[in-house]
This record gives sequence, C-alpha cells and structure tokens, in this order.
Amino acid sequence: MKIAITAQNPSPESAVDPRFGRAPWLMIYDPNEESWQAIDNSKGLNAAHGAGIQAAQKVADQQAETLITGAIGPKAYRSLTTAGIRIYHGAKGSVSEALQAYRDGALREASADDATGGV
Amino acid sequence: MNRRIAIASGKGGTGKTTIAANLAYLLARLGRQVLYVDCDVEAPNGHIFLHPQIRERRAATTSVPFIDDEHCNHCGQCASFCQYHALLCLPKQVISFPELCHACGGCSHICPQQAISEVPREIGTIELGSAGGIDFASGLLNIGEAMSPPLIRALKNSLAPVETIIVDAPPGTSCPVIESIRDCDYIVLVTEPTPFGLNDLKLAVEMVRALGRPFGIVINRAGFDDRPLFDYCQKEQLSILAQLPDDRRVAEAYSRGELACAVLADFKQRFSALLATMETTLKHPSAAALAGRST
Repeated sequence: MKIAITAQNPSPESAVDPRFGRAPWLMIYDPNEESWQAIDNSKGLNAAHGAGIQAAQKVADQQAETLITGAIGPKAYRSLTTAGIRIYHGAKGSVSEALQAYRDGALREASADDATGGV
Repeated sequence: MNRRIAIASGKGGTGKTTIAANLAYLLARLGRQVLYVDCDVEAPNGHIFLHPQIRERRAATTSVPFIDDEHCNHCGQCASFCQYHALLCLPKQVISFPELCHACGGCSHICPQQAISEVPREIGTIELGSAGGIDFASGLLNIGEAMSPPLIRALKNSLAPVETIIVDAPPGTSCPVIESIRDCDYIVLVTEPTPFGLNDLKLAVEMVRALGRPFGIVINRAGFDDRPLFDYCQKEQLSILAQLPDDRRVAEAYSRGELACAVLADFKQRFSALLATMETTLKHPSAAALAGRST
C-alpha cells in the first residue's frame, strides 16, 4: 500500500511541504520494497486553478492509497476521496518524520469539514 | 453608427464607473442613444449612480461536460486534454469540476467513446433596464464562481444595437478585462497620480497595445504629485484625454449616489470636454491609432 507525502525537495530528508496541490514534489513510499520514488509536481506550483486536482491525478496514477500532507483544499479532497485515497493532514518536519508520525497514529485523518486549503 | 467605448484601468478604484456613468448621462442629455453596460460582474456598482428600472432578469449559463458513465471507459484522454483540470480521470470513474471549465468543448470533441455531452450550468444573472434616457445592462456573478468571462460574454451578447455602448470594465489586466474590451472601438484608461496608479497603468497600456485597440488616458483625482505619470505618458506618447481634479465635492456627490455631471456645473463642463475630445478621436481613426501607437 503506497503512501504519498508532499515535499519541498525530492528526498525523504526534505521538509514536508504543507501545501498539497502546490507542493513541488510528491514522495511516494512503497512499504513492500521499503523504497522511495520522487514525482515532479512543479506544474501544480504555477497553476492558476486546479492545482489540487492535477496533484490528485498524480497520486492516483501512482496507485498510492494514503496521502500525508499539511493541509488539503476542497477540490483535492473530493478528488482524492473519490479515488478512495485516505488523507492525513497536519504533517510537520521531514518527510521521513511525517511517515513515522503517521505510523504512530499521530496524524489526523481529514474530513470534508476541514478541507479548507489550510485556512 | 454603432460604436463601443470601454472604460478600463489597471488599478481598481481609479474612477472607471464615475467616468462611464457620467459619459452615459451626458450622451443621454444630448439626446443620443446610449447604453451603459456594467461588465464588472464580480462587483457591479453602476446601478448605484444610474438608479435603473430593471425590466428583465435572466439567468446566464455556460456549457460544461456531462459524462455518460455507461459509455465512459476511463481512458483519460479528456482529463489530459483539459488545461484547466476541470476533469479528473480515476481508475473507475471520471469526475468533473464544472467551476473550472472554460467551455471550450474539447473534451466532448475528442472523447473516443462519445461519452461526453455539453450541458448548461447557471453562473450568474443578467439584468436589462433603463435609467432616464440611458439603456442599462449589468451582470452579477453567482457567489463562489471562479470565472467571470463566460458571464461577461453572455452579457455582451444580450445588448441591443444602440448608437453608443459604454462598457464599464472590471479592474486589472486579466481575462475578465480582455473579454470586456476586446471588441471595443475605443478604450479609455482611467488612472490616478499615485505609484500604484502609474504601475498598473503601464500594465494596462501593454494590454491594450497587445489587443491593437486605439486608446487614451484620463487622469482622475489629478493635482498631486502628477510628475511621474506625465513623464511616463510623454515618454510613451500617450494621449491624455482629460485631467479631472481631486475635488471633495465629487467624493461627496459619490457618497450620496449622485453623478458629478448632474450636480456640479464645472464637472459637467469637464466631462463635456472629455466627450468632445473622444468624439474627435473616434471620427479620425488614424489619429486614434496614433494616440495608441507603440514607441
């Protein structure tokens, strides 16, 4: 079950990017292989609208079933939940620290009520 | 002769509606056929000064994709075609975000399964009426809508062909402004002598030059620190149509919802002079082109 984490740089040591759609990188963790893959999301950084939707397309294309990020917007929320992807938000620190926090049960799962884009 | 005159500006709050409403008022007083259209559909305010009687309200719609789930095989061609991410292709379904759709129709055109049709979606309201001798039209975008150009297009398509149409454009230099002014015969750029006014005027001048439309400048609230603005206009050889002085009486009239032309004789004269200058420029297209020429 792959896990996607928003990142500022293409590395597990990178800081988590608190934004979903406009994070420059998506780090994909494969627990079976214990391996990381970096997905370029720079297109989302400069999109006027729909940044969250195109990032959700990337997460779905990678067949990740869980997303860890800082905050999630309403369109991204709808995209990801329709795709059956579970969203955990409020992640801080490095990408690998965020993964550990998720495994420790320290991150909250997003609901429709708090999918506000971090406001 | 039908003609469209747009009143635009880079910066907001420079006096577009003041200029547009006063010009419409003057033309009507001269017995001319005039229509004022408020294209600032996100924050229309022309009605505050013209006090129109609305005789017709109609819904404005845009076309958005409707996906037939029975025929869709989730190939994803529509989602990758859409530059605005209004469609998302997931393994088991395609979902749409109608508020991001620009109504280009590309998705329904390219769908190999012919599973996409276009359906109307309401995005706002168009109001038509009259204010004294002025025909009046205005649009109001529904709350939460992300894009106003389709409403502005629908609004402009519902206008009667009168002698002079005064287009009150939204502020800025982005798509809603382009949609409002692109087909106008002449564009008045309203600015003010402040650093923000000058900065945004430069952007607006680049915009109208890119559109290839003749244009002129009106300096509103003139009389304080005008030098940088004049220097810029001179350097770019821009034609200054009028300078309207900063005057507390205009602000007081504005705060009561009154037109400067209707209550201040000296401002009526200034607006008449502006109108005369615009008429001359419009009668001599070459002069108009010269006024808007690139250096």
